[in-house]
Amino acid sequence: MRYAMAIDTKKCVGCSDCVVACQIENKVPVGFCRDWVTETVDGSYPELSLELRSERCNHCDNAPCVRCCPTGASHIVEGGVVLVDPDWCIGCGACIESCPYDARFSHPDGYVDKCTFCIHRVRKGQQPACVSVCPTKCMYFGDLDDPSSEVSKMLKTRKYKVLAPEAGTKPQVYYLI
Amino acid sequence: MNEELIVSGRNIPNIDPHLHIWHWPIPVYLFLGGLAAGILFFAAYFTITGREKEMPTAVKWATFIVPFALIIGLAALIFDLKNPLNSWKLYLTLRLESPMSWGAWTLMAVTPLSILWAASYLRELVPGWDWKLKILNNIEGLVVKYRKAIAWVMIVLSVILGIYTGILLSAFNARPLWNTALLGPLFLVSGLSTGAATIMWMSKSHQERMTFARIDLLLIIIELFLITHLFMGFLAGPEVQIESAHLFLGGEFTIQFWVFVVIMGLIFPAFLEILELRGVKIPVMLPALCILIGGLIFRIVMVDAGQLTRYLY
Repeated sequence: MRYAMAIDTKKCVGCSDCVVACQIENKVPVGFCRDWVTETVDGSYPELSLELRSERCNHCDNAPCVRCCPTGASHIVEGGVVLVDPDWCIGCGACIESCPYDARFSHPDGYVDKCTFCIHRVRKGQQPACVSVCPTKCMYFGDLDDPSSEVSKMLKTRKYKVLAPEAGTKPQVYYLI
Repeated sequence: MNEELIVSGRNIPNIDPHLHIWHWPIPVYLFLGGLAAGILFFAAYFTITGREKEMPTAVKWATFIVPFALIIGLAALIFDLKNPLNSWKLYLTLRLESPMSWGAWTLMAVTPLSILWAASYLRELVPGWDWKLKILNNIEGLVVKYRKAIAWVMIVLSVILGIYTGILLSAFNARPLWNTALLGPLFLVSGLSTGAATIMWMSKSHQERMTFARIDLLLIIIELFLITHLFMGFLAGPEVQIESAHLFLGGEFTIQFWVFVVIMGLIFPAFLEILELRGVKIPVMLPALCILIGGLIFRIVMVDAGQLTRYLY
């Protein structure tokens, strides 16, 4: 099993519903976020092309945050999902330094926090909160090892990219372009 | 590269607009760890080679600084943790993939060893000193009896400690400035140099001072060589590393690095040491202090600048 997310940059309108849904579902403290939306503009006026991306932890196959964690608080569970165990986190910040996506942050309660792919919902057969609320249905979540999953089909039929592949992390959030 | 805007609003403390998760305690610790490693290395080396009589400061007196340096360094590290109450859990795991994990274990081994080493020389420092408790006198007897064996363990641990201060940073591939295999050797040599400078400063024997001036001069030349290679490597590297190098070649760290680290901390003291070796009277405090301050600024600059460098996408 390999959980992954495919996000259609052609359908995203940048409404930030995914960000709000995550903050509510995961009780993310005010001033912090586990996902965010970026905008990049190419070309010059009037020939502009806009790319919107909903970004989050990439649940990398080769996760530097898990490798550098001195206590094993950062760990990998089913489907390759990277989680942090607050009881083991000493708040040293090594994983925050190690993440090329700046996806982790220091929770005010003294541990490192980040996107969990809403594993608590996925285990109940639900979609992650961000995916479930997306008004344009631009996000697909599922198992890459299952060829019939929506995310597998998307990656078979569409062009895609990942963020900073040269960092060698093998990220598992794919952007359809 | 095009400008990338975060349109959902994101202003996470210490991460946006750029990373600053490690503050001053980290470079202070890296400095004190390197200094401790340097002093222990020379103490062990001159014990193994049987030159204790010639090098009393290196083998005995300077090592009294080490336990304090390590304890203050450890305190700085723990102070920088967001959850210091959990820090004991470092010692429930050993993860070889994580430099911080084996570094923590190395510290756990080096700190008590350095206390034993210095304590075993207390009798020579304070005439008439007695440990009062029989068990302490027995421990002292054991340390004195097995000093050569302990020196062998200490020389290995001091090299690990010194190199660890660099590897801790170089293991982060997400920070291109740190992500070079040269950083471990560079921090080790710099640590040895700060150790040598301290011994030189403390020493009252002319012969010992001269030996350490010579050792330190050699270490400074190696450091300058490694720094040159560091920048050659960056400039021949991928774009993220070229950008990292430009922070020091016209960017915001140019003056701190070239004026305070390279000129004040390396070239100027090297020049003074050459003069001293040629018989010119130089107050020993001057080169030693320059090397120590330069070493500290070097670590502050590297930790701060490294956090500004990142992958672009």
